[in-house]
Amino acid sequence: MAERLAVVAEGLRKRYGDHYALNGFDLAVPEGTVCGLLGPNGAGKTTAVRILATLLQLTDGRAEVAGLDVATRPLAVKRKIGLVGQHAAVDEILSGRQNLELFGRLFHLGARQARRRADELLDQFGLTDAADRPAKTYSGGMRRRLDIAAGMILAPQVLFLDEPTTGLDPRSRSEVWQAVRDMVAAGTSVLLTTQYLDEADQLADRISVINHGVVIAEGTPDQLKSKLGGDRIDVVLHATADLPRAAELTGKAAGAIAEVDQDTRRISVQVTDRVTALVDVAQTLKAARIDVEDIALRRPTLDEVFLSLTEKEAAA
Amino acid sequence: MKWALVDGWTITRRELIHWVREPGSVLFGVAFTVLIALIFGYLLGGAMNVPGGGDYKAFLMPGMFAMNMLFGIGSTMTAIADDISKGVTDRFRSIPMSPSAVLLGRSIADMIDSVMLLTVLMLCGLAMGWQSNGSAGDTVLAIALLLLLRFAFIWIGIFCGLMAGNQAMVTAMQTMEFPVGFLSSAFIPPSTMPSWLGTIAEWNPLSSTVTAIRDLFGNPGIAADSWITQNAVLMALVWPLVLLAIFFPLAVRRYRRLSR
Repeated sequence: MAERLAVVAEGLRKRYGDHYALNGFDLAVPEGTVCGLLGPNGAGKTTAVRILATLLQLTDGRAEVAGLDVATRPLAVKRKIGLVGQHAAVDEILSGRQNLELFGRLFHLGARQARRRADELLDQFGLTDAADRPAKTYSGGMRRRLDIAAGMILAPQVLFLDEPTTGLDPRSRSEVWQAVRDMVAAGTSVLLTTQYLDEADQLADRISVINHGVVIAEGTPDQLKSKLGGDRIDVVLHATADLPRAAELTGKAAGAIAEVDQDTRRISVQVTDRVTALVDVAQTLKAARIDVEDIALRRPTLDEVFLSLTEKEAAA
Repeated sequence: MKWALVDGWTITRRELIHWVREPGSVLFGVAFTVLIALIFGYLLGGAMNVPGGGDYKAFLMPGMFAMNMLFGIGSTMTAIADDISKGVTDRFRSIPMSPSAVLLGRSIADMIDSVMLLTVLMLCGLAMGWQSNGSAGDTVLAIALLLLLRFAFIWIGIFCGLMAGNQAMVTAMQTMEFPVGFLSSAFIPPSTMPSWLGTIAEWNPLSSTVTAIRDLFGNPGIAADSWITQNAVLMALVWPLVLLAIFFPLAVRRYRRLSR
């Protein structure tokens, strides 16, 4: 049996004047999974989410959410989705509980039902203690969790999260991540946009990389990373004079050509077998008596992912 | 239709909860209004002469009432632009609620707000020596004309708030309230202005309401030597309806266009 899809987009276009914010955007999110939409500012992530959440009309193409066409059945779609936008869209003067009751009433729950649902959500998102404080006294992470809770009032089949952790401190980020994992465990499908590779890595089953309104790469986090040439080793030297010799040795040890940045005295090289390469590079440099200030194994940054992908795109 | 009213009332209730939770901002608004009335009544009022004779404070208060209907545009714009910039409007639009309820709820909340402010201001006026000498019917009609003007201004505020989209822009637009307010017969008789300016002031929709309610309250007014002033009560009805006919559809259209 074919897997059921929570979100489908085929050839979506959104035109503003003579500019296309989306230009043939395709996406398929199987039910019960998390799809990460990864891209820089202005790539079209938010436009895609806003079209799928029925906030924007599409110019061309077709999109279905929970099996319903977003262009022809927007009201039915709204009943199946939760939207958590880039701002924590809660009323700051109202308390957490009043916010959830307000949105519950707007989802047409009865007064008692709205109250009960608010209590459940406050409990689920760890906000019971702060329930009666105005939302403006909440920390960034708490406000975001309240925001997500407000998107979960009807226990939607599909939840859209637009950059849910932008601007949050690391502790708040992991709180939000945990909240998302819990919802997925309870069966919600999630479409998440982010600028951070590690966030997509942490949460997403599959990632679509978007640039200029088009998906330019798609796959599991591991598939994407190996496509990008995997991890990197950075070596920082004490003396600039050692750079050429160290770069040659590092490249040989790692089995790839090393890049050199004179200003920061940094050598960077792609590796496939992470730890083995790290040990080899460290031993080679030590044997050559080169003074190393720092050596680190790291994931590619989003910048590198994009440079690599857009280079391929330009070359093709 | 039923949901438009139910959801609209939910949005209105949100505003009422704001007043309960943060009475400070409401009280500040009331205090500001009263302060302006006192400044005009006691500080500037001494130098003012009402052309046909009569007490300036009695001349002033109807102008103050109307001026406050005008200042209401600012608070409507702020509320609308705030919800847009904080993403609350998007949340409303992603919920299967009645789409017309968002603006409907806003307009009801602002009407309640205006009734409260007007009550305080009238009490303040009574304390300063203003009173309605008109019949009960005329007094009620005067109050109704004020609220009709406010209702029209609410939809100007909603439209402008949707256009502005953020507080910085709202603040810039809000500065326009003062010239519009002063270029009317609210504080100063237009007959004391250069004649071309006086004509503009007389044709200001605010002036028609002010002149009409001065007449209905039986307060000292300006000389009725032009058509627009002679037909003030009619125009106090026509102007707000014209403004509504323009700005209500514009605001609704602008709201719908958020999805473009």
